[in-house]
Amino acid sequence: MTTENIHHVSASLGDHLPVLVVLVPFVAAPLLVFIGSRRLAWSIAFAASAISLVISFLLLMRVIGGEVISYHLGGWAPPLGIEYRVDAANAFVLLLVTAIAVVVLPFARESVRAEIPDRQNTLFYALFLLCLTGLLGVAVTGDAFNVFVFLEISSLATYVLIAQGSYRDKRALTASYDYLIMGTIGATFFVIGLGLLYMATGTLNMADIAERLVDQAGNRTVRAAFAFIVVGIGLKVAIYPLHLWLPNAYTFAPSAVTAFVAATSTKVAVYVLMRFMFSVFQPVFLFEVNTLEFIILPFALLAMFAASFIAVFQSDFKRMLAYSSIAQIGYMLLGIAFLTETGLTAAIVHLFNHGITKAALFMGVGIYALRLGGSFLDDIEGAGRRMPWTSAAVVIAGLSLIGVPGTAGFISKWVLVEAALEKGWWLIAILIVASSLLAVIYVWRVIEVLYLKAPKGDVIVKEAPLSMLLPLWVMALACVYFGLDTDLTISAARAAAEGLMAGTSGMR
Amino acid sequence: MLEEFTWPFIVGHLNYWLFIVLMMTGLYIVVAKGNLVKKIVGLNIFQTSVFMLYISMGKVTGGTAPIFPIDLNIDPDVVYSNPLPHVLILTAIVVGIATTSLGLALIVRIREEYDSIEEERILEIEQAIANAENQRHGQAMGGRAT
Repeated sequence: MTTENIHHVSASLGDHLPVLVVLVPFVAAPLLVFIGSRRLAWSIAFAASAISLVISFLLLMRVIGGEVISYHLGGWAPPLGIEYRVDAANAFVLLLVTAIAVVVLPFARESVRAEIPDRQNTLFYALFLLCLTGLLGVAVTGDAFNVFVFLEISSLATYVLIAQGSYRDKRALTASYDYLIMGTIGATFFVIGLGLLYMATGTLNMADIAERLVDQAGNRTVRAAFAFIVVGIGLKVAIYPLHLWLPNAYTFAPSAVTAFVAATSTKVAVYVLMRFMFSVFQPVFLFEVNTLEFIILPFALLAMFAASFIAVFQSDFKRMLAYSSIAQIGYMLLGIAFLTETGLTAAIVHLFNHGITKAALFMGVGIYALRLGGSFLDDIEGAGRRMPWTSAAVVIAGLSLIGVPGTAGFISKWVLVEAALEKGWWLIAILIVASSLLAVIYVWRVIEVLYLKAPKGDVIVKEAPLSMLLPLWVMALACVYFGLDTDLTISAARAAAEGLMAGTSGMR
Repeated sequence: MLEEFTWPFIVGHLNYWLFIVLMMTGLYIVVAKGNLVKKIVGLNIFQTSVFMLYISMGKVTGGTAPIFPIDLNIDPDVVYSNPLPHVLILTAIVVGIATTSLGLALIVRIREEYDSIEEERILEIEQAIANAENQRHGQAMGGRAT
């Protein structure tokens, strides 16, 4: 690079927002370890997440009209330098991740105190922030290799967070180990794919790769790269046959971790999948169309039915929700596989709506675990009468999981059915509705146990502390709010889908 | 298809053959071995194969080490190897080490709790826990839960 090309423009703080959203939690994580105070740890973590939330909101407001913010890290211009690129799609993901973090943290305070030894608390929050950093980094970056690095930062933090569940159940350790093996295989596949892409294009900047791929559709190296990237990310997304790490990891992780990870990490992976399928590779790329139609689509349908079916027979509420997550990921993949703007909008809306729904449900599970000692269906018998506030919120979120009109879950399924009909695939539209009926069964099983069974024993059970109820209700009310007022979600998702479908021209 | 496999083609792609062999060896160990430590070893071999793919990719025929002369008088005739893949792999190595150490740390904890690092034995213990759990909670559910 010649020196004449470097412009020294004084940049205000506002220009650095894309990097600050990642840097704030990243710097706060070691900071709270150095300070080492248990009480301050939580406050710092919360403050850092809150700052990131505000930044994400500002970023979304700036790009919702369709603009793209390109931030050059260290002033090095892309494609040589690393570029952070914010458009509607990733600003929306940033908002989801930071919002979930801000809501889950107050909940985590009590929950973590009960489930994890005090001496680990500081490190726990540091890891939580690192996990957040990784997820935000994956979403914000426009550099393909950077995605891998951030993906591994968040994954490594997640493995440790899941293993923290070993203080309650030793199976958390093997769950974490299995996730580590599968997650690493996935990440390594992803890197192989990036390597092959680099061989074909000689660049790592996503927009640049996209441009150079245009006339390489028949290149076998590019096809192999596509396959490696889809399988690698597929492991992180938990696409149906690659989901084996998920049920145990979600079941045995500490409640707060499950609430955060279930609502964010698979969603961010879905975002990466979308980014690579639509922005880096082109939807016109015939090989990709075939992959989506003949591989992703059947597996998405299979996930919707098989995972929901398994969920029906679970005796542990938490494990039931884990299987339901796999089914819900099926809906998102279905939206992607439609390869239309409406389908993509549905996938993005569902990504958001399912995120808040699952966060609420897993927080409810965390409260039951704290007050009733477990989340098995017979542990929570009659909890509807003894813990009315918690149970009411769980029911609202459960309805949203089914997709009852008036809740967030309804909106995303509605858009998804609309997308299916738009393509003329009415059979798939019927299947979407049919699989929702399976959700009715397992959610009803929980409602039945909560309200229609007599409480076990005479032990007086207190309602959950306010610091846990409040986040739970914020999420439950969000489920209702986004079911009634769809302005923010639908318009942001539509802008995101438009940006993604525009392909290269959207990237430049 | 087959006529592509001439001798120069095979020798010319030696690094890729080796990459595939190493990659498959590693993946096979991860899948086939029941010992948790051996799985980590397999994972390492698998990752190392990728390092090889990247590093050999950066080689330019006749290229030298990508270091500029100290007076920055760059001779346009000198060909340099591509340093970028090497730099990327430095990052990937760091990630690999972090994964390995975390994996080994988890194995230590698993050994403390289960008293074994053989997958079969661990699965047996977990199955026993799950069965006991199902019995306890299943009966309370009127035998409905499986």
